[in-house]
Amino acid sequence: MTRRGLGHQMVEEVRMTLEQGERLLLTFVIPVLGLVLFSTTRIVITNTASRVDFFAPSALALAVMSTAMVNLAVATGFERSWRVLKRLGATPLSPGALLSAKAGAVLAVEIAQFAVLSAIAAGLGWRPHDGVAAALAAIVLATVGFAGVGFLLAGTLRAEATLAVANGLYVLLLGISGMMFPLERLGGFSPVARLLPATALTDALHGAFGPGGVPVEAWAVLAAWAVVAPALAAWRFRFAGE
Amino acid sequence: MEPIAVQDLVVRRSGRVVVDGVSFTAEAGEVLALLGPNGAGKTTTVETLEGYLHPESGSVRVLGCDPRERREEMTTRIGVVLQEGGLYPQMSPLRLLRLFASYYPDPADPAELVGLVGLSDVAGVAAKRLSGGQRRRLALAAALVGQPEVLFLDEPTAGVDPEGRLAIRAVIDRLRHEGVCILLTTHELEEAERLADHLVLLRAGRVGAAGRPADLLADAQEIRFSATPGLDLVALGAHFGTEARELRPGEYALARRPDGATLAALTAWLAARHIPLAELRAAKRLEDVFLELLEDDPVAPRPEPPRRAPRRR
Repeated sequence: MTRRGLGHQMVEEVRMTLEQGERLLLTFVIPVLGLVLFSTTRIVITNTASRVDFFAPSALALAVMSTAMVNLAVATGFERSWRVLKRLGATPLSPGALLSAKAGAVLAVEIAQFAVLSAIAAGLGWRPHDGVAAALAAIVLATVGFAGVGFLLAGTLRAEATLAVANGLYVLLLGISGMMFPLERLGGFSPVARLLPATALTDALHGAFGPGGVPVEAWAVLAAWAVVAPALAAWRFRFAGE
Repeated sequence: MEPIAVQDLVVRRSGRVVVDGVSFTAEAGEVLALLGPNGAGKTTTVETLEGYLHPESGSVRVLGCDPRERREEMTTRIGVVLQEGGLYPQMSPLRLLRLFASYYPDPADPAELVGLVGLSDVAGVAAKRLSGGQRRRLALAAALVGQPEVLFLDEPTAGVDPEGRLAIRAVIDRLRHEGVCILLTTHELEEAERLADHLVLLRAGRVGAAGRPADLLADAQEIRFSATPGLDLVALGAHFGTEARELRPGEYALARRPDGATLAALTAWLAARHIPLAELRAAKRLEDVFLELLEDDPVAPRPEPPRRAPRRR
């Protein structure tokens, strides 16, 4: 695979995310607002000593899910329906290079999200345990899994259906992943919820930045999604067609 | 060796044979038009040449190679305009062409390309705010970024206004003179007649007729001639008791069989008015060829499927 065009493509992928209002809303504004709102009010009761200790890792998990799954799926789905992916297939930019550019763009946006959210959280009094290495590992694993789900949606459904399903998953996962409130409150449903990638990532980040460390089952779930979802996407993805 | 060679091509789509034994070749510096009603197999043939589709049997060769093999080398040597879409709606012409230029080893200058297709005035305007015709011109420019040896244009002028058509025709003429081999599809007869050196008429997945426009039109129903622009068409038509048309400035068509008496009468009519005659030929209208072909056709032409505009988010 030649890498010609990969760098320029990656810069454009990042730029397209940041210059469009609805994509910026999804990737930056909502996680930041959520962090500030829930950390400074008593809307939700948490199980941590300080409210921001709960919501800072949650906001990071939400940011990763928004970028690597929802934004990637919707953008790719529309590029497919506009025949952009098909058109790129007739240029020397290989599918591997396009995929790498998209992955690189996701990571670049996540780094910016991490910087913005942790700075704001620090301002709100967040004092995490030193779990950055474990947190970054969990984020990379989760990104691979989320991106697999995103590409699976974008590569098999119509763009409008991708938009609907990705947004539906976003709301659903936001609700049952332990981002908004401690998972124990789901009661008997929580073991099922723990099998979801969003739940595993939220668990991992709460663990990494909290006193407990990352639970083994969170690593296992993240790793499983990181293998299965991209494999399914590679198997089912169609560059052209509805 | 011809840049484009199609031999006994059969292509199946969704279980149905769409292209059924098509053969043709195109030379460097030649414009070949695939002409036919919707559903005749034009796009399927082009997309097989572009490497998007597999032949069921027969072969396609582009620059001597199977277009699905050595994809990276192949894609640096071909340019493609899809039947629709293919542009990032949020990108301006200059931005899109700069991105595409980054894919190629020896790209053309994006700013020059924008000028070539007549989009300099809107070089910084997002594609979604351009007219349909402007978007087609941008798609053409994007196909030229890699300085291709073979160009595939699927309905390059569909939905394009007259000014845009002139710009596209001028670009095609220029590329032909530079030795590019151009394959285009159209269902518009006049467009094909104007642009192409070689016509392949498809119907129901088979070649109905093929040849140079002049050969296909040899069985003449019409007189064509060139003279000074702006002749009095009403007077000319009235003199011959038929319709006279000015196809483009200085080129005329007279709907009469080109028998000796009529030709003599025409030259006399021009001479009486001191109008120099530049060219005179007997021609059948391409439309007649086309209609004759379709009359033998068991499959009626399908209505045009609705074109979907690029969707916005």
